[in-house]
Amino acid sequence: MNGSGAKSADRIAATAPAGVCPSITAERLVKTYRRGAESIHAVDGVSLAIAPGEFVAFIGPSGSGKTTLINILGCLDNPTSGRLELCGRRIFDEGIALGEAKLTDIRREMFGYVFQKFYLIPTLTVRENVMLPFVFWKKPGAEREVDRILALLGIENRGGHLPGEISGGEMQRVAIARALVNKPRILMADEPTGNLDVARSEEIAEILKDLNAREGLTIVLVTHNMALAKKAGRIIELRDGKLHTPA
Amino acid sequence: MINIFQISYKNLLRKKTRSVLTVLGIALAAWVLTSLLGFNRGYQNSLNKDIDNLGYQMLVTAKGCPYEAATLMLKGGTGLRYMNASIVDSIAAQPEVDAVTPMLMQAVFDPNKGESGGISAYLGVDPATFPRMKGTLAMKSGAWFSDPAAREAVLGYEAAELEQREVGDMLLIPELDVEITVVGVLDRTGTQDDGTIFMPLETVQEIFGQQGELTGIGIKVKSEADIAAFEERMYRLPDVQVVSLSQVKNTIMTLVSTAKVMVLSIAIIAVLIAVVGVVNTILMSVMERRQEIGILKAMGAKAGDIFKLIWLETVILCAAGGVVGSALAVVTAKFTEVFIRGVLPFTPSGGLVSIDWRLALLTLGLVTLIGILSGIYPSWKAGSVRPLETIRSEVE
Repeated sequence: MNGSGAKSADRIAATAPAGVCPSITAERLVKTYRRGAESIHAVDGVSLAIAPGEFVAFIGPSGSGKTTLINILGCLDNPTSGRLELCGRRIFDEGIALGEAKLTDIRREMFGYVFQKFYLIPTLTVRENVMLPFVFWKKPGAEREVDRILALLGIENRGGHLPGEISGGEMQRVAIARALVNKPRILMADEPTGNLDVARSEEIAEILKDLNAREGLTIVLVTHNMALAKKAGRIIELRDGKLHTPA
Repeated sequence: MINIFQISYKNLLRKKTRSVLTVLGIALAAWVLTSLLGFNRGYQNSLNKDIDNLGYQMLVTAKGCPYEAATLMLKGGTGLRYMNASIVDSIAAQPEVDAVTPMLMQAVFDPNKGESGGISAYLGVDPATFPRMKGTLAMKSGAWFSDPAAREAVLGYEAAELEQREVGDMLLIPELDVEITVVGVLDRTGTQDDGTIFMPLETVQEIFGQQGELTGIGIKVKSEADIAAFEERMYRLPDVQVVSLSQVKNTIMTLVSTAKVMVLSIAIIAVLIAVVGVVNTILMSVMERRQEIGILKAMGAKAGDIFKLIWLETVILCAAGGVVGSALAVVTAKFTEVFIRGVLPFTPSGGLVSIDWRLALLTLGLVTLIGILSGIYPSWKAGSVRPLETIRSEVE
């Protein structure tokens, strides 16, 4: 599937706004899974650049490699081959990867993650859930930052509630707050509205758009929801592990 | 600001029933362990106290079953066999002997004792030697006998309470219809002496028609004497048997140690089952929370942080079980003692289960240590979860 159309799509999608040091630079990323004797290229030669403050949405049919790609870009998984840089720092280069401890540091300093499932700890209050990253990474002013984030996401009055006592939309806001509380440079959101109804999805979409616009947060989003994708500044389509977005 | 301990504690509250059952399993093991260690200490202390309170190191009885003789020494009771009092002089003449005291134990059925009657034991003792040899006996009121042949009695503390007699009261010996005067009541000793009615040896011999007969002779050996050689020589005396206290102690401890080994084995099995229960509980919890652990790692928790989180859960479970089990052992010590007295063929008079705060702390420490060790594997397993596993189930 390395036809000229795909190459063209890669070239176009890799183009970041001119004059800005890209947050993420990926070159010829490949991720291959083996299923018995068969090799499956979940990501197949993807090159792209994402600039600081950009809001990028990956769309595509199921099995197109969106989640695999976002996992690689978010340093949760290593590619089989290719090159990955974060703000100029080499993360993966043709089979040579950073160690798990260094990747943990990068993840805690650079990324916030939001998933389709909220993964809130049911016995901790909303406030305690949002505070979790600071349990493992002590920072001065943590309490203040938690208050700020809760207010930013409009859930400051829910701080003392348990996750089971709030709505699905509020739970996803809590998950977003938890992802943002240690001030990441990039928010990786994988199907953040997948478990929500239309109204709640719209709320989350607006929140992400606001965060990007007001806080200058780089957002990389995977979604099936076109209404949500349209909030992004750039939409990239994946098909069979390749970029498919026309200019 | 929430800390890692609070997170661990709150995690355990998620599956309350499972956590409570695990704590109960550990508590049971801790209870058995504490009670056993308490029994081990209490039994030995009481046995030593009983033996020390005898005041003599050897007892000579008429030839018969050595276990019967041991029981006679420690619990009282009538020796069915008698020996002639003339042997006392030949024993007293031995160079190793410091003092001897002859005794004659007799018993009669008292229909007024208890609900359906009972046996009253009368120990005839030599007023010249017995009180001196039993230096631990102290008078609560009154004094020892006025005359070696007086029809007088000194009551042990419990015997006085049971008979409801005080100094100056008369005491009727059932069956014989003989009345004796209570001249003294002893302080509580916590030994078999508390339930004994002491009378002058000659009086008991006369009243019961056993002139010149004895059931036992207590021997106090000189401190510098070669006891082993003396014992050897005494064993050669015809028609009598010699039981040394060390021999009695060893015999009883051998009998009891068999029971102790069995109980200890049960305690170890209980602890092992509890450990397996803890490991199982925590491993199940880790498996159920793999994705959540992956999320924690994605948000910056290192393998060591996750290890600490899960390991703390194990320690909390074990420490809680240890506290409950130790407290249970302290609270139920009396019941345990009643149970043991019902099961064991011989038990000393004092407390059988001795549990103090040091023993409770020791068990708590031991159980917590087991928790620390048994938590290593599940914690390591949790620490090695890769963040990607968080989202595996969501991969398209």
